[in-house]
Amino acid sequence: MNSVIIENISKSYGDVLAVDDVSLTIEKGEIFGFIGPDGAGKTSLFRMLTTLLIPDKGNATVEGFDIVKDYKKIRSAVGYMPGRFSLYQDLTVEENLHFFAAVFGTTIQENYNLIKDIYVMLEPFKNRKAGKLSGGMKQKLALCCALIHKPKILFLDEPTTGVDPVSRNEFWDMLGNLRKEGITIVVSTPYMDEANKCDRIALMQKGKIMETDYLKNIISRFPRKLFAVKSDGMFVLLNELREYQFANSVFSFGDSLHYSDSRENVTKDNILEYLNTKNHGNISIEEIEPNIEDCFMDLMSK
Amino acid sequence: MTNNYIIEAENLTKKFGHFTAVDSISFSVKPGEIFGFLGANGAGKTTAMRMLCGLSIPSSGKATVAGFDVFKQTEQIKKNIGYMSQKFSLYDDLTVTENINFYGGIYGLSKSKLKEKTEYLIDLLKISDARNKLLVSLPLGWKQKLAFSVAIIHEPKIVFLDEPTGGVDPITRRQFWDMIYEASHNGVTVFVTTHYMDEAEYCNRVSMMVDGRIASLDTPDNLKKEYNADNMHEVFVKIARGK
Amino acid sequence: MKRFFAFVVKEFKHILRDYRTLLILFGMPIAQILLFGFAITNEIKDAKIAILDFSKDNVTQEISNKILSSGYFLLYKNLNSIKDIEPAFKEGIIKEVIIFEQDFSKNLSKSNLANVQIIADASDPNLANMLIGYTSSIILDYQKDLSSGKSLPPLINTDIKMLYNPNLKSVFMFVPGLMAVILLLVSAMMTSISIAKEKELGTMEILLVSPLNPLQIIVGKVIPYFFIALINYIIVIVLAKFVFLVPINGSFALLVLESILFLITSLSLGILISTISNNQQTALMISLSALMLPTIILSGYIFPIENMPLPLQIISNVLPAKWFIIIVRGIMLKGVSFSYIVVETLVLVGMTLFFILLSVKKFKIRLE
Repeated sequence: MNSVIIENISKSYGDVLAVDDVSLTIEKGEIFGFIGPDGAGKTSLFRMLTTLLIPDKGNATVEGFDIVKDYKKIRSAVGYMPGRFSLYQDLTVEENLHFFAAVFGTTIQENYNLIKDIYVMLEPFKNRKAGKLSGGMKQKLALCCALIHKPKILFLDEPTTGVDPVSRNEFWDMLGNLRKEGITIVVSTPYMDEANKCDRIALMQKGKIMETDYLKNIISRFPRKLFAVKSDGMFVLLNELREYQFANSVFSFGDSLHYSDSRENVTKDNILEYLNTKNHGNISIEEIEPNIEDCFMDLMSK
Repeated sequence: MTNNYIIEAENLTKKFGHFTAVDSISFSVKPGEIFGFLGANGAGKTTAMRMLCGLSIPSSGKATVAGFDVFKQTEQIKKNIGYMSQKFSLYDDLTVTENINFYGGIYGLSKSKLKEKTEYLIDLLKISDARNKLLVSLPLGWKQKLAFSVAIIHEPKIVFLDEPTGGVDPITRRQFWDMIYEASHNGVTVFVTTHYMDEAEYCNRVSMMVDGRIASLDTPDNLKKEYNADNMHEVFVKIARGK
Repeated sequence: MKRFFAFVVKEFKHILRDYRTLLILFGMPIAQILLFGFAITNEIKDAKIAILDFSKDNVTQEISNKILSSGYFLLYKNLNSIKDIEPAFKEGIIKEVIIFEQDFSKNLSKSNLANVQIIADASDPNLANMLIGYTSSIILDYQKDLSSGKSLPPLINTDIKMLYNPNLKSVFMFVPGLMAVILLLVSAMMTSISIAKEKELGTMEILLVSPLNPLQIIVGKVIPYFFIALINYIIVIVLAKFVFLVPINGSFALLVLESILFLITSLSLGILISTISNNQQTALMISLSALMLPTIILSGYIFPIENMPLPLQIISNVLPAKWFIIIVRGIMLKGVSFSYIVVETLVLVGMTLFFILLSVKKFKIRLE
């Protein structure tokens, strides 16, 4: 069963092609993540799916409704949380929630069980104006408002941008609970590490989808062997590995460098051999499984 | 205070009415160090950074930045630091060279120096094709790299970076850090906030703020040992949740 | 309906929580009418005048002395012929010229009737009005002195002529214009800003992706400002009537109905502006430059339309406020009935329909 079907959708603003021939399907009840940097076209795609923009080419359906012709039906079936904090700053937490409930023709009580877990965290601040909440609280309130009418599908455009790691974790836990209620959740994020919180992901860059699949499948398709390399002088190490004639890519990853080689049957001894010709102490080389960022960067440089 | 540190803060405090945004923080940063300044939203990072940049007068405590007092010598501090953030970077409706000239100009660079710097930056960032294009037409990654270069155009002793890589693609993010490393290599002290925990690993030392206080301050390796964590993400979560 | 009601409640909350704007909204009309009412001087001292005396007899001399010794007037110069009058005014010093006809005294004793003409510079209408009032009452006073004990009282006929502003605009004349400006400001400007604000904050995105239809959003936005404008309107009328004693000669009900019509015109203009502006700043700029300024300058509010160059007179026709001011002046000052202002009313109705149609066509159900 599909919740969203996108067929060859494109959208441009003047000369800028924001979304370039995107096709994919999102299944009912899954958490689907669009992952990519700013300017990848995530927001434009979300706005088309929420009927706010009309595509230049292609078509799409959400919950079986056409995004252009049946826009009214889609509007009462979806919950949408835009990228910016879009609630009324001069209304209190409770007033915002009441307002959105009324707009969707429901009440807080009717769907309270859906938002209960989130709302209990907000309740102590229910008389505070939304503009005075902290980043994490605003995000929770926005999610409550998007959920209040018990939508079949939830579109969350960069809900965790600019939010600290702890609040981000909490937010993803909430999404996990909502998934159990059978709501399809479509999320976009620039944080690659959030890929492992999604069922399936689409990697987006410059308006195009580079890959759509389960995270583990994308990782298994990484074409080369990957090594984590460390030494005492990381900055020098980075430059020296880049100068190595067989180097395919060298990127810093936290406390190590991720190195991929252009040779098929490379072993860590090959690399060690090269590094031994240089002046390094405490060299450690380990073959590792690539993570989502390795895959993304590899796809980007194609 | 000794001259071995480029930033020194002692019991630095900032109160807004009854609310204590920064609660008696003390730390020091060595010249050329990359100092990571982490914390949850609302932990007081921005307030602390503003005080160090001379934009906000502390309520109590003392601090020097580049040898200047944050209470009395804010003008000298501003001349000796660079600042860049994700939100504020460059003017979208000016061209690349106009932006460089403008910022060079406000820091009083001479004409010949400005010209030399402009050519150097355009060459360094490989943007000679785009030199006369309006900034709005450039990709975000280029803009952020240019913004960083412009922030250190007057060769400041310290550069403050407030979430410099938000929303940037992973390759550009790393290129950005290459630039930070190079600046640090050349002796510039880098004071940086970020929400990407892998970037915390790139710092020489990391401080973690919780509720206006510095809860932890050490090298990434020591922090990982201390909190028995595999990476900085875990460290962050453990500290922010109070272990 | 419940949705719509919730929307209107939310709008009222926005307005009531923004104290500063609220203060301006209610403070401004009061300040304006007080300014116009009181800033116009109502005390005369040593006004410079000229006298053109064709008769030069003892009666004209007595009258002149009586006028000049009153303390209100100072003789600037004596004139010798009619053609001296215009240059004397052009100098800009004298405010009034008094002309006695030839053989004034003789006429008065022979036929019991003599003529005196008073010409005033009415570019400051209130001042001119008062000068003339003072002058005529002094002459009347003199006439009373003369007539005491006589069976057939002599009559001095005072002929009054206003130069430069023959209609004598005064605080009475400002009130209709002020009403127009206030209704326009509160309804058109505030509505356009409040819709643009939703776009700017991104909340419009959520409203659009909700079962609220565009009509509900628009009407919901408009209703609170309709009431605020109405309250303002009442304040202005009450102040005008009871503080400045501006008459309402025609039907009050008609006045209110016509004002509500203009209110709707302004609201529809506000909606139209909001459909073409994406942020509050643009909405404000368009409202100020395209609505407020032309209304203040070209609608006849301050400067009489009939004195404008022809191109501006033609342009003034597209301003709803021009028609509204004509209507209000007609009802309040002249006391005309509906049949005299049918054309103006129809013009306003036509404009309103046009704006509403245009905004409905332009209102986007999507983001672009």
